Amino acid sequence: METGIHELTAGYALDALDADERWAYETHLADCERCREELTSFWETTEALAIAAAGPAPNLDLRDRILTAARAERPVVVPLESRRGRFVPVLGAAAAIAAVVALAVGLWATQLSGDLDDARLALERERQAAAVLADPGARTVALEAGEGRLVVDDDGRAVLVLDGLDPAPTGKTYELWIFEGENASPAGLFPGQAGRDWVGLDATVDTGDVVAVTIEEAGGVEVSANDPIIASAPV
Amino acid sequence: MEALSPTAVLAFRTHDSSRNRKPRERVSDLRREQPSWSMRKHHAHLSDEALVAQVARGDEGALGELYDRVGRIAYGLAVRVLRDDRLAEDAVQEGFLAVWGSAASFRAERAKASTWILTLVHRRAVDLVRREERRRTEPLDDETSAAAGGVSEPTDEAAWLRFERERVQAALRQLPDVQQEALELAYYGGFSQSELAQRLGVPLGTIKSRMFSGLARLRELLDESSQEESWKPEFTS
Repeated sequence: METGIHELTAGYALDALDADERWAYETHLADCERCREELTSFWETTEALAIAAAGPAPNLDLRDRILTAARAERPVVVPLESRRGRFVPVLGAAAAIAAVVALAVGLWATQLSGDLDDARLALERERQAAAVLADPGARTVALEAGEGRLVVDDDGRAVLVLDGLDPAPTGKTYELWIFEGENASPAGLFPGQAGRDWVGLDATVDTGDVVAVTIEEAGGVEVSANDPIIASAPV
Repeated sequence: MEALSPTAVLAFRTHDSSRNRKPRERVSDLRREQPSWSMRKHHAHLSDEALVAQVARGDEGALGELYDRVGRIAYGLAVRVLRDDRLAEDAVQEGFLAVWGSAASFRAERAKASTWILTLVHRRAVDLVRREERRRTEPLDDETSAAAGGVSEPTDEAAWLRFERERVQAALRQLPDVQQEALELAYYGGFSQSELAQRLGVPLGTIKSRMFSGLARLRELLDESSQEESWKPEFTS
């Protein structure tokens, strides 16, 4: 195994990786039992570091605040779908931050459990989307067609927030596009859902790009012959 | 003197530190500093992991019990990273809400519940501190001294906790200085490897190696010291 990524186990256990490296490592972890074992062992050492930081007791009301906040939201029993649903109604910063935390945890547990499947990719996408929504520096671009808005962060990562788009018809999918002038590149597929939905784009956008959505046959296409049903103003 | 349960003492004495890594001592058995029996009569006998399973079923009392066992350590950690009581409370709250929200996906074969909870709180604290502007401008010397021991010794902590803290701090001091510095600035200071490389003016690869070697060495030292010294309160034995 490559030494570099192996060494990252320590950085990961210490939460000392940058966001992109954290991703790379988590992806690696999925396929590397040796790193998972090493991480389990390093986490015991970081727990010792945590104990060594022991200080004054927290305020007595913190316990109540946590339990009150917990009461306000039910635990997520079905990992993916209900978690998604739970954060959709409110897209305020607090909710989006909570989504980031919850998704991170889901990913953590999924990867450690070893049952990896498409859920991981879906989670990664959701987590990135949540991070964009949580970013106070992200800006909003209006839609010229369709209901909703586009949220873009400083790095060009974009999330399309949609209101009232029905699920795609059976056998069809929604496909995202980034128009750079006349040239459209595919930027991911999504099934759509009733009510408010949000979906992260697979590629970043630049100033002047337009984000659009078409309906395509299941599986999507590289070049679309269909007119967009949703289109943003230029970014 | 702090009351300690017999289980607690036993857990410390029988600490198994063979290289064949089994979960370490169950520190949570010791975290019963202020029992309030009415609150926990249904939960006190459960392991941390069983409590997480209860939390997954929506049992608030189980979440409260986990907080009673791990909350103080989690808060101490968050204060060390964030150096702000309010932010630290936020990090602990969000960490425990993450526990509440995702208990169903916890895998006990991969980590102890207390490790999992502390990992969640720590990551939250690190994410929060990295957004703070002040740390980008503050000299690293301040960070180093704060990370190395900015917290005054609490007077009301349990004896086991003080013992364990001193044991870990002693192990940290045995590391080569550059490794100790890398571990403390990363774990307590919230600095990423690339931030540290830049601020310390050394190659990123060097920082990565220091953290890896430092953490691996610390693990060895802790294993050794737990074999050598066992904490034996006078009032037992």
